[in-house]
Amino acid sequence: MKTLHKLLLLAAAISLGLLFLFPMWKIYVQAPQYPEGLQMHIWVNKISGSTDYSLQNFNILNHYIGMEKIQPDSFQELTYMPYIVFFFMLTGALIALAGARRLVLPWVFLLMVAGAAGLADFYMWLHKFGTNLDPHAPIIIPGMTYIPPFIGSKQLLNFHALSLPGPGSIGIALAVVLGLAVFFLERRRKGASIKSAEKTLVL
Amino acid sequence: METLYKKVNKAALLLAVAAGAALQSCSGIESSQANTAVASQADADAATKVYVAPGKHDELYSFMSGGFSGQVSVYGIPSGRQLKVIPVFSQNPENGYGYTEESKAMLNTSFGFVPWDDLHHPKLSRTDGMTDGRWLFVNANNTPRVARLDLKTFETAEIMEIPNSAGNHCSPYPTNDNEYVIAGTRFSVPINVEGKYEDVNFSEYKDKFKGSISFVKVDKKTGDMDLDFQVLVPGFDYDLANGGKGPSSDWVFFTTYNTEQASTLKEIGASQNDKDFLAAINWKLAAKYAREGKTHEMPAYYYHNKLDEKTHIATSEIKKKVRILLPEECPGLMYLIPVPKSPHGIDVDPSGEFMIVSGKLASIIPVHSFSNMLKTIEKKDFIGDVGGIPILRYESVLAGEVKEPGLGPLHTEFDGKGNAYTSMFVSSEVVKWKLKDFKVVDRIPVYYSVGHLVIPGGDTKKPYGKYLIAMNKITKDRYLPTGPELAHSAQLIDISGEKMKLLLDFPTIGEPHYAQAIEAGKIAPNSVKFYSLEENSHPQATKKESDTRVERKGNQVHVYMTAIRSHLTPDNIEGVNVGDEVYFHVTNLEQDWDVPHGFAIMGNNNAELLIMPGATQTLKWVPQKAGIVPMYCTDFCSALHQEMQGYIKVSPKGVKTPVAFSTGGKKPAA
Ligand SMILES: [Cu+2]
Repeated sequence: MKTLHKLLLLAAAISLGLLFLFPMWKIYVQAPQYPEGLQMHIWVNKISGSTDYSLQNFNILNHYIGMEKIQPDSFQELTYMPYIVFFFMLTGALIALAGARRLVLPWVFLLMVAGAAGLADFYMWLHKFGTNLDPHAPIIIPGMTYIPPFIGSKQLLNFHALSLPGPGSIGIALAVVLGLAVFFLERRRKGASIKSAEKTLVL
Repeated sequence: METLYKKVNKAALLLAVAAGAALQSCSGIESSQANTAVASQADADAATKVYVAPGKHDELYSFMSGGFSGQVSVYGIPSGRQLKVIPVFSQNPENGYGYTEESKAMLNTSFGFVPWDDLHHPKLSRTDGMTDGRWLFVNANNTPRVARLDLKTFETAEIMEIPNSAGNHCSPYPTNDNEYVIAGTRFSVPINVEGKYEDVNFSEYKDKFKGSISFVKVDKKTGDMDLDFQVLVPGFDYDLANGGKGPSSDWVFFTTYNTEQASTLKEIGASQNDKDFLAAINWKLAAKYAREGKTHEMPAYYYHNKLDEKTHIATSEIKKKVRILLPEECPGLMYLIPVPKSPHGIDVDPSGEFMIVSGKLASIIPVHSFSNMLKTIEKKDFIGDVGGIPILRYESVLAGEVKEPGLGPLHTEFDGKGNAYTSMFVSSEVVKWKLKDFKVVDRIPVYYSVGHLVIPGGDTKKPYGKYLIAMNKITKDRYLPTGPELAHSAQLIDISGEKMKLLLDFPTIGEPHYAQAIEAGKIAPNSVKFYSLEENSHPQATKKESDTRVERKGNQVHVYMTAIRSHLTPDNIEGVNVGDEVYFHVTNLEQDWDVPHGFAIMGNNNAELLIMPGATQTLKWVPQKAGIVPMYCTDFCSALHQEMQGYIKVSPKGVKTPVAFSTGGKKPAA
């Protein structure tokens, strides 16, 4: 592997670290009486908000429609996801240092699978909270569910909800893009060297 | 000024005395009419100047004294919209101030619980001669007290009683860096340094009656007040005060009346001398004398009540000593400067050179010069003394007189552009004059009988000279009538141009005597949105629903309750008997802006609670009748606010119902 490519792959591994610095996903809600808005931030290892009390305020509002309380403790994902990220960071770095060209594509592929699994989990999670409502809730609107948008915006009663990937997700995207780039660049270089080898043979 | 208000006869007399001034009034009336014409032409213009579009904020906060309401009201300027009423010396059932177990102590005094007062003068805290938006100091005129309001929370943080004072009118005046807040007595009373009771007759006024000027030290960081020392002064009435600025920073000036020292029928007795005095005290020197131990320690008995920021509980401390300075033992401490009789306002211009004394019975406004004062002291150009305090020669200190200003000048503020503005109580107008030559340049009628006026920062070294607010004592026909009692009226006047322009009338609460105004940007960014539940260290706070409980201790029942949208926990309570003392310690668990919860019980002979997010408040209730008693949230907090209610079962005396409590049919869960 070319040194530059090794460095690029190392950068890919390190960029996953963004997941510990920024939320993966952000859900913004706004209502007439919440002009300042409320934000929920989903991290790889925690759930927080724009303020220390955002989660409490989400739960206060959600209890009217009978939504289950959102508590970081109830998400097992938050305990094991950081290890998965560490795993990818570590293996990415090892592949880069060892120059193990053939492992680049499997690494990227696995990372993409893990990312997709994460998104699927997030989607199920939204679905579960949005539909699993207490039948004794104070506010029941027949047929109404409260699944927040997976990505994009949606009106939920008086709340306008907007859901977007956070800067943490850029870490994954960057890792995938860089990993793929290293893979293709390496393949081309290899192809070129084979071709030149063939040329010498012919000569 | 209320003295004059009561002196209607006197005012009539004054009109006769001021016949000479009537000539001037002609020109005054003419120009007043001209002004009215200009004002009506400017109506459309005025509307745009005071229009603050929905959702937009005002440029300034104005803090107005509530007078006999004992409160401070907060208005947005230029809109004149009322933003808040802050209870200070008066109980306020609306939020339980002075009724809750936490706040009762704020109103303790050496006379017992005094749940009202007559609040006259708000003064903003200062840094380097400018308002800093940290605190507001206000006085209680009736039962001598000084309060400090915290402008982060817009709550009364501290109330201190002033001993050896009777009628704390001449108060509170902060120095340029808040070193001291100074409070002078209105009524002189017998004070003896041994602090013993003496059987004094009214006829002994001249010998035995004394005034006091209190120097309250203010902690630079916390704002906490502490009575450092008092200066015992001649037995006059002390009316208003103001501190110097720039060159005169070390001095504070007080207007006095009743220098005749009459003890009865003061409207005549106190108006005999042609001149009363402006008292000048070098506060820096006073502080130095006090530090150097020139003071006499005197027994005293006064209350100091403070609100703890973390527990929101007020506690009272009784203080039993005060240090006294005697001017006759402290050379250079105090001088008396003659001024036309019965002066009211003393105002020092932004440069610190001119001391303007508004004598409500005077036909001129004398402007004294600080530099002349120093020269006069240096040359010992004295015309006598009062108990060893030198009286300076009027003519030597005088810089000039504003001639024919109008009738009943009361109070002056400045625009920072070389102009002074004086309120005229009797002729109901505001008069603008130049500090350069003491010539009147403009006048505008006000409706009616203006007392104080305020220009934002108009008493600082750099006024914000865009607006003036006149605070009127009489309203008459200005608004829709509301029976015999009418709202007092404030009038917003544009002073940005050559001519003053009337912009807006707005009603005020109680009787605003004085007000202060400050740029919104000095306060708004620091405004607290809610209290941190985590930092709430109230001993009876309940921070989780699972910790709520009911406990009996003898005939006391303590309910540890929580409130959150939209339920109270617990909401079914039993085991309470008629005649029990039931204490509801209610914690608002919310951590969001603008979500207070109220708490009220049917038939409570007390008040209700209004609990801010994160805070704990305690309501005492002594049930009088057996039965099921509802309780509920009084502040429309949420869509299910009406459902935020519960019941207490009250058993007859002697019936032993075990204490039990629940929410949703079960014991409160985590
Ligand atoms: Cu409520």
